[in-house]
Amino acid sequence: MSKITKKDVEYVAKLARLKLSEKEKEKFTKQLDQILKYVDKLNELDTKKVKPTSHVLPLKNVFREDKIKKSLEVEKTLENAPEKARGFFKVPKVIE
Amino acid sequence: MGYEAIIGLEVHVQLKTKSKIFCSCSTEFGALPNSQVCPVCLGLPGVLPVLNKTALEYAIKAALALDCRIAKESIFARKNYFYPDLPKSYQISQYEEPLSSKGFVDIITDGKLKKIRITRVHLEEDAGKLLHEEVKDSTLIDFNRCGVPLIEIVTEPDIKSPREAREFLAILKSILQYIGVSDCNMEEGSLRCDANISVRPSKEETGKRGNGETGKELGVKVEIKNMNSFKAVEKALEYEMRRQIKALEEGKRIVQETRLWDENKEITISMRTKEEAHDYRYFPEPDLVLMEIDREWTERIRKSLPELPEARKARFSRDYKIPDYDAGILTSSKELADYYEECIEAARRSPVADRRSPVAGRKFNKEIANWIMSELLRELKEGNIGIEECKARPQALAEMMTLIDKGILSRKMAKEVFVEMFETGEKASWIIKKRSLVQISDEEALTKIVDKILKENPRVVEDYKKGKEKALGYLVGQVMKETKGRANPQIVNKLLKEEL
Repeated sequence: MSKITKKDVEYVAKLARLKLSEKEKEKFTKQLDQILKYVDKLNELDTKKVKPTSHVLPLKNVFREDKIKKSLEVEKTLENAPEKARGFFKVPKVIE
Repeated sequence: MGYEAIIGLEVHVQLKTKSKIFCSCSTEFGALPNSQVCPVCLGLPGVLPVLNKTALEYAIKAALALDCRIAKESIFARKNYFYPDLPKSYQISQYEEPLSSKGFVDIITDGKLKKIRITRVHLEEDAGKLLHEEVKDSTLIDFNRCGVPLIEIVTEPDIKSPREAREFLAILKSILQYIGVSDCNMEEGSLRCDANISVRPSKEETGKRGNGETGKELGVKVEIKNMNSFKAVEKALEYEMRRQIKALEEGKRIVQETRLWDENKEITISMRTKEEAHDYRYFPEPDLVLMEIDREWTERIRKSLPELPEARKARFSRDYKIPDYDAGILTSSKELADYYEECIEAARRSPVADRRSPVAGRKFNKEIANWIMSELLRELKEGNIGIEECKARPQALAEMMTLIDKGILSRKMAKEVFVEMFETGEKASWIIKKRSLVQISDEEALTKIVDKILKENPRVVEDYKKGKEKALGYLVGQVMKETKGRANPQIVNKLLKEEL
């Protein structure tokens, strides 16, 4: 039984702001399904007594002191912006 | 039919750290747009966020002040959504294993103490600021605010009226200001509040219809955003309550949605329907490591907490024997409470304080409270300045109050003296000397003036003798006028009665 339907792919694509063609949808549905089935193997392990992993390294409490360092120059910050105006980044109007 | 509101609040508070939560950019408000950003807060590829220790400690401090339990282990999560205020397309926030949970705040409603439960207090980063109106068909972005540390405080739906919501916010603000973790300035956006509200028939109503159980069901909730002051929160919730009740009475369905408060029109406007609910696809943030907060650390922070407003209010009414109302106002901000206490302390130590006089006693404490609550707060409000910038220091006010107490200064003159003290910061005794404002208590001097006034007003004297009590007041007034308000009114009264 397939785990992923075309609907799921459309939903995820929408959340990721991706525009997919019908052909791509078919393709990704199949691929994602295969990936999930493969990963599903992990469910064969009994993890009841294993703590969920939040990080792969055994590190904790890594902090920095509350000190200000110099920020970027505004020109530098805006250098790669596709559009800018008056020191701001400029994007098509969004009102959610 | 009677209805009740069920309200839960979600409050975002900026922490007063010098630098941002995951990078070293300044958090200073009001800088030039995009002048306080770096590769980390801009979400450029290859950067690694590192947690600001002070931000975590402030968050723990706030959680403790709100009686929350601190998690032994806590992690950050990515909250994924596309909106241009977030350059990374995700916000670093907390989801599972938040910093703290299960706290409460006591508020006073209808004269009764009421617990508002806090679901959780967690840490996250603020987003950038969007300007929609500056350039046509465009949105401008300033990322200075992006990465400023925030705590999100979520309440249980324990709030039953718009009034209670406002009350809760006022207390929350004063607690956070007391412990010094935030300025809580709604105008500058360092405290922001969203609300969830639903309505349902009130308990009495469901009881009447004999189906008390159904009254426990919650109605469909609506989220309200864009409220920029405590007053706006109260007004928006009042409006929303009316709107929902009206819809229900007309047999309409309430739609689960987000609505924006329009301050000018004083209405809420639908923003988007929640039917297409946001799916944030939270997952643990792989760039940040586990936070382990041991008991010792928590206790050390707990010990650093100052006396909180509720406790201070109780102590003020107990120790200074002032009414609860006064104690509430005086402890509404830490600075004001400090001012009052310094004033009392200074008066006690003052060399002019006479042991037999009421100085340092209950009456005197109340006098100082009165003066602060009326004269001082009014001047502060008119000058639009905070108490910490006030030039009239508590020691100067204490000296003036002892001068009133000793009868050297009348209350009326004191008001003038105080205005000058407020402007210049000078001591009352100096202002009095400079303006020769000393009260005239000398009977000989006053008798001369009283005689003069009586001679000038034979008609009024007649009236008084015919039993018109009010005439005396007029004569006292004339004497005060002649002395430019410096005459001691008790003595003038006594002299006039003797002469008549």
